[in-house]
Amino acid sequence: MKINDIPVIDTDVLVIGGGTAGPMAAVTAKEQDPNLRVILLEKANVKRSGAISMGMDGLNNAVVPGHATPEQYVKEITIANDGIVHQPALMAYATRSFPMIEKLDSWGVHFQKDETGDYDMKKVHHLGTYVLPMPEGHNVKKILYRRLRRNRVEIENRYTATRLLKDPDGNIAGMIGVNTRTAEPIIIRAKAVIMATGAAGRIGLPTSGYLFGTYENPANNGDGHAMAYHAGADLANLECFQVNPLLKDYNGPACAYVTGPLGGFTANAYGERFIECDYWSGQMMLEFFKELESGTGPVFLKLDHLAEETIQEIETVLHTNERPTRGRFHEGRDVNYRERMVEMHISEIGFCSGHSASGVWTDETGATTVPGLYCAGDMASVAHNYMLGAFVYGQICGESAVAFAKSRSEPQLDEGFIINELERIQAPMKRADGIPPEQMEYKVRRLVNDYLQPPKVTKKMEIGLERILAVREDLPQLCARDPHELLRAMEVQSIIDCAEMAARASLYRTESRWGLYHYRVDYPDQDDSEWFYHSRLFKDENGQMAHGKRPVADYLVSLGEEKDAYRKMRVQKAANE
Amino acid sequence: MPIANHHSSVPVIVDEDKCIADKGCTVCIDVCPLDVLWINEETGKAHMKYDECWYCMPCEADCPTDAVTVNIPYLLR
Repeated sequence: MKINDIPVIDTDVLVIGGGTAGPMAAVTAKEQDPNLRVILLEKANVKRSGAISMGMDGLNNAVVPGHATPEQYVKEITIANDGIVHQPALMAYATRSFPMIEKLDSWGVHFQKDETGDYDMKKVHHLGTYVLPMPEGHNVKKILYRRLRRNRVEIENRYTATRLLKDPDGNIAGMIGVNTRTAEPIIIRAKAVIMATGAAGRIGLPTSGYLFGTYENPANNGDGHAMAYHAGADLANLECFQVNPLLKDYNGPACAYVTGPLGGFTANAYGERFIECDYWSGQMMLEFFKELESGTGPVFLKLDHLAEETIQEIETVLHTNERPTRGRFHEGRDVNYRERMVEMHISEIGFCSGHSASGVWTDETGATTVPGLYCAGDMASVAHNYMLGAFVYGQICGESAVAFAKSRSEPQLDEGFIINELERIQAPMKRADGIPPEQMEYKVRRLVNDYLQPPKVTKKMEIGLERILAVREDLPQLCARDPHELLRAMEVQSIIDCAEMAARASLYRTESRWGLYHYRVDYPDQDDSEWFYHSRLFKDENGQMAHGKRPVADYLVSLGEEKDAYRKMRVQKAANE
Repeated sequence: MPIANHHSSVPVIVDEDKCIADKGCTVCIDVCPLDVLWINEETGKAHMKYDECWYCMPCEADCPTDAVTVNIPYLLR
């Protein structure tokens, strides 16, 4: 089959995004049935793409027998996320967490073990013990790549997906995209699609002003969120922004999960501890923000009290893993962990379920609300999922997608839709002059910072939405000189979609929840009577952005006496101080 | 609207004496998640064509001849 002279590629399962969850999903699909055709499409190159391109220094949510039970984990994440979670999805993660660690271990991923050979678990969370260091975790991507080759997954690098396709019955039917180096379009017809495109991490502007100095890998710009929206999928709790505590300007993690168990901590300007727990939660971030803005701010990572050998251990991990240029950054400013504290700041906003809870609505089978479309990793709505959650949901989606693909025949494609999308893709390169993607991107991301960064104020967000929509009006002027700029031009359209979603979702929930993530100054209280729901955002039948409430599923694990534990984050001063 | 070009100091440096891109090597170009390393048409060597760097380091770590250095972008330094 050809559409506009472009051959249509057929596959059973298509995976979009080759970072963390995507390769696991693709490998799982082939493990389920080696005879199925499985294509993994990646905007960059699967060898070094996604959030863990240089590896990862630890598991932040390992549920290891003898240290924690799945029930304890589900309870802790429910409390940390102010009650709005889909517990069946958390439980599916928690019960598969340990088998996944063992699978990765058998593949050659190194986790830290103690002298008896047991996993060397550390406590960072407020209540339980879930952190497993992996100081030699720099080779995770290499191990995944080997598995992709061994299982004969077909890899298409340097293609970015732009829109999902559906059949006349509303089931998923594939995807259309474009090559980032040649601008050649690609059409893939698929019986099931798994999206694993990562966080929407390029919608706010880092304080450095450098567009690509984001916390998230800037390739993770929210394409998946935008595509899911346009395909009619539900997105959930988008107002629960990701805002992270980071090394100022470098904008990478200070890694309390690495330094905390070794004695480092987050401190104010006087070197005093002000939060009881360095685990990233909305409540922790609110205390961080308050300290940052207070007379005892700003905030620092304090390591200068530690012994020389401990500091060397921290340096080895932080300067070789995950974001290894950290050491170079400190060197350039003459900052030495031994001599002084390191300045910290908060990140730009984003959508990322890895650390918070927003994303494309995903149930315990990895399913979205579009039949045949599955989601895993930072873009799916399963709360506090981190890297191990991406692997587990990649696996779950791989299994679910194979079952769906086997249950149906070849999907019927909507040629009219495809022809319109080809025009949208080709339009920026047909314009000789106009607005380059970089300028449009800077403008919309600057608006996100000015008007949507918490604390959120209703009138400001209304103005921000109006200004973001005005940028959207400029899209007919968007121009690209080469295929690389075309990639950026397609990305900025997803960024505008995400910015609009961030504004509208934040305006919809008229309460405050999740600490700083959704702190509305003019609705300062949490209102469980009206808002103990997942918020929905979706495209309605008129093509408009619409909202709704999704009831929170009955809890599998009740919260008991610890239900308010994450509200008590600030270190209490003694009465005689 | 007319478009101007603006200059920018880029963070990734390629040592052209060590780089073997002219002999067919494309390792750094392949691994860059942002696709900002390209062959310089004039020299045949790799160079940073677009100032869109996440200072993430696969280009430097994977280069077979140690020709690539990743610096921190000037705005962050």
